[in-house]
Amino acid sequence: MRESLRRLLLSKWSKAAVFLLALTPFVYYAWRAYLGALTANPVEYTQHFTGDWTLRFLLITLAITPLRKILALPDLIRFRRMLGLFAFFYVCLHFLTYLWPDQDFNLAGMWKDVAKRPFITVGFLGFVLLIPLALTSTKGWIRRLGGKRWQALHRLIYVSALCGVIHYYWLVKSDHRLPLLYGAILAVLLLYRLGNSLLKPRPAISVSSADLPTSLHT
Amino acid sequence: MRKFGDLTEADITPKSVYLNRRQILRAMGLAGVAIAGGKVFSRFAFPPAAVQAGTKLDVSIKSPYSTTEKINTFEDVTHYNNFYEFGTDKSDPAKNAQKFRTVPWTVSVEGEVKKPAKYSMDDILKLAPLEERIYRHRCVEGWSIVVPWIGYSLNTILKLAEPTEKAKFVAFQSYYDRGQMPWAEHSGIELPYVEGLRIDEAMHPLTLLCVGMYGESLPNQDGAPVRMVIPWKYGFKSIKSIVKIRCVKGMPPTTWNMYAPNEYGFYSNVNPNVDHPRWSQATERRLGEFLRRKTLMFNGYDQVASLYTGMDLRKNY
Repeated sequence: MRESLRRLLLSKWSKAAVFLLALTPFVYYAWRAYLGALTANPVEYTQHFTGDWTLRFLLITLAITPLRKILALPDLIRFRRMLGLFAFFYVCLHFLTYLWPDQDFNLAGMWKDVAKRPFITVGFLGFVLLIPLALTSTKGWIRRLGGKRWQALHRLIYVSALCGVIHYYWLVKSDHRLPLLYGAILAVLLLYRLGNSLLKPRPAISVSSADLPTSLHT
Repeated sequence: MRKFGDLTEADITPKSVYLNRRQILRAMGLAGVAIAGGKVFSRFAFPPAAVQAGTKLDVSIKSPYSTTEKINTFEDVTHYNNFYEFGTDKSDPAKNAQKFRTVPWTVSVEGEVKKPAKYSMDDILKLAPLEERIYRHRCVEGWSIVVPWIGYSLNTILKLAEPTEKAKFVAFQSYYDRGQMPWAEHSGIELPYVEGLRIDEAMHPLTLLCVGMYGESLPNQDGAPVRMVIPWKYGFKSIKSIVKIRCVKGMPPTTWNMYAPNEYGFYSNVNPNVDHPRWSQATERRLGEFLRRKTLMFNGYDQVASLYTGMDLRKNY
């Protein structure tokens, strides 16, 4: 059972399958856009849709490490970079729906808004923090930075996800159920890591090497 | 409007009987048939006693207060609603308010008035000739629509009640029934929804007691059967599904102000110069447009400016 699951995860089609799956929300959105079914406020719908999927992909990406350990499926690591890059893909669309229809590409106006509105500030910060992570997501950059430093840098995703949840929480008017749900999931994922590092105080190198892409172990 | 005198649904078929009927249909596995035939069936079984959503209204007057701007589609105005009793997503009320019972309906006008009265919807529809008023409607969230409302000035009904000297404010209350509005549990706000106006605001001719839109009685999700429309204030001031209009001495509590007093003031006049603490009010997105447009002071209804002379609108937001 486990062996066949492992073989499935390692098959050359698995990455393509995960890629297509991660693209489904975008295809769904494009289909609705084609049908003209983006609600009475298509801009707002697009902003919420892309924001939602950014948060979901950040949480899915952060769930990989705990799932690898809990399910004893280390091969899940193969999909982590792609899932993280999908979070970045959706956040870029999200940012574009702010910069274009909201700000009309007026950068001065955008900066004023970012500086003045805490919910924009924190959302913008969450977006900006993901940029270096996306840029250094290649094997070449892992080599150049060295595993430890690379991993330290990529811990910024914790901060980014937290920014995303706060951004959402501050946006809604009075029904906080969804942002609180995202917040709870994030808390579980981060507390798992905290618990892990407290319970097993191993040398940093061995902990971090387990978290690195398999390609590094060679 | 009335077709069957004062009969209500309850007079025609006792509730227990028609509920039973539905249960039997379901039990027989005919739910699908019942739903398909339901619309036709219910027309015969439960004809509208007074007025229901979607009934054509006889509108004799086109108001001079109307804007000539492009009207938003009926589809947009009925599928993008903030009506937290029926869910907090803007697509929720269109789904969840369909079964909302608005017949029979009573509006009580009371408090500091010489002639308190209870009005049925029939009474309200006959108090004055109905006018069509095409107003801009600006939500505090930063979007706006143009709607052809139907109704008449609130002052018509207030004058009949003869407010006393002590009446300085008017307090409004929405219908609230947890049984019909289970979604309200997650609204985060205290219900029933309450709103208020200063008496001079309430008496202003622009302040509309609204019973319909687009030539018909109000759809449930837009505040059936009777609501307020105060076009120079943020949308949440325009309380929906009103059951009580009470003249009072002091400034009445208002729902969103109670929830977050630093974000939603009693006056809540549309004002591009005073931002919401979390977002700018300088611009708005007119539904149907891609880029945002500039928000106008008092939503462009400058004739109300004199109501606020000498007031600091930064403090009295």
